[in-house]
Amino acid sequence: MSGVRVLVGTRKGAFLLTADGKRDKWDVSGPHFGGWEIYHVKGSPADPNRLYASQSSSWFGQVIERSNDGGKTWEPVGNQFPYEGVPGTHQWYDGTPHPWEFARVWHLEPSRTDPDTVYAGVQDAALFRTTDGGKSWQELAGLRCHTTGSSWQPGAGGLCLHTILLDPANPNRIFVAISAAGAFRSDDGGKTWKPINRGLKSEGIPKPDAEVGHCVHRIAMHRSRPGVLFMQKHWDVMRSDDAGDSWTEVSGNLPTDFGFPIDVHAHEPETVYVVPIKSDSEHYPPDGKLRVYRSRSGGNDWEALTNGLPQRDCFVNVLRDAMAVDTLDECGIYFGTTGGQVYASADAGNTWKPIVRDLPPVLSVEVQTFQ
Amino acid sequence: MIRVVLPAHLRTLARVDDEVRVAVAGRVTQRSVLDALEASYPVLRGTIRDGVTLQRRPYLRFFACEEDLSHEAPDAPLPEPVVRGVEPFLVVGAMAGG
Repeated sequence: MSGVRVLVGTRKGAFLLTADGKRDKWDVSGPHFGGWEIYHVKGSPADPNRLYASQSSSWFGQVIERSNDGGKTWEPVGNQFPYEGVPGTHQWYDGTPHPWEFARVWHLEPSRTDPDTVYAGVQDAALFRTTDGGKSWQELAGLRCHTTGSSWQPGAGGLCLHTILLDPANPNRIFVAISAAGAFRSDDGGKTWKPINRGLKSEGIPKPDAEVGHCVHRIAMHRSRPGVLFMQKHWDVMRSDDAGDSWTEVSGNLPTDFGFPIDVHAHEPETVYVVPIKSDSEHYPPDGKLRVYRSRSGGNDWEALTNGLPQRDCFVNVLRDAMAVDTLDECGIYFGTTGGQVYASADAGNTWKPIVRDLPPVLSVEVQTFQ
Repeated sequence: MIRVVLPAHLRTLARVDDEVRVAVAGRVTQRSVLDALEASYPVLRGTIRDGVTLQRRPYLRFFACEEDLSHEAPDAPLPEPVVRGVEPFLVVGAMAGG
């Protein structure tokens, strides 16, 4: 029987939301790790019962949890993320050199083929990998040691590596995004990296088209076309048709081109979803209306999806890792809000229902599909 | 045996219900107690002290015998009642945050 498991990370624990393929009746499990910030939970594509969770707290630091039974039980695994060599410095907010300091794991990206291999994007920005199921983590230091690394500056949330995309067609190709350095690509399995920010323009930095320094909020791809990338930047929704070598803006008729998450329909590579947010600094939906916008043309032409979403007095945010799509025949879309709601659409965004309304602020949403 | 009282979240992580007892060889200091604690409960590595610098995490304090020992040198001897197991060494989470 088909079904889905939605993995939700919140400011005060993790929640697992499960349903059959109809996606209208939900079982809620949690909080797991109550009281801890769960930045991300993700399952292994190679073994759906293998889950990884990033658990952290200002008091007790970083813990990584692993489940081998789909989230019924968990065990802590390795929590040491040592930078390779002498870490050096990046730029602080005021432009002064600041030592690289590990703060937390923002994103966990399990390998598509090996349940014991996982990539971790951390703050201060670096990429780590485990090949032993999380017991030990090694830095892929070529990224942080890129010649531009000492010039990277943090965004408001810190200097965080928040997006990791593994190319399904090319095991040596990895994309990452860092706030506020930009997007980077490796074509040799993570040994060396190049910035892929040509075409981005950020008015808030001294040279708007600089090689690095862009506050990229999220990148997404469709698994059938890994050379086509969609990006939600601090401002601007962007598209690349050459694996990031160049970008063009596709914000089109969006009410605001600021936002955090972006995702692609599971079966329609040109259907893209964003959640426009009012900014700078407000970070809530324009006009108090929570609207997902969908483009069926790969950008530029966007339609508001409102059916079932609050259209008045709504002032929540949707964070960068808090949207996901399932792969059932009728693609399901999910997103969580800083107000603690997790909304689901079982019809590609045409209609929405809240799965839960009163969780702690949602940091991340992922979904596993069972056919 | 040295008695150590952990905050609730670390008791959960270590899967213990109450205070723990650790054997310390040699001088009983913050460092030797925490080394012994982490040896017995590896899951606590990095949660009380930074895993690289071994610095006390800023939102944690070390108390014993109604004294705040947080700023004592890591190798300073702990009070005699802690050494004799009469009083516990307390790892305390700051009462802060939302």
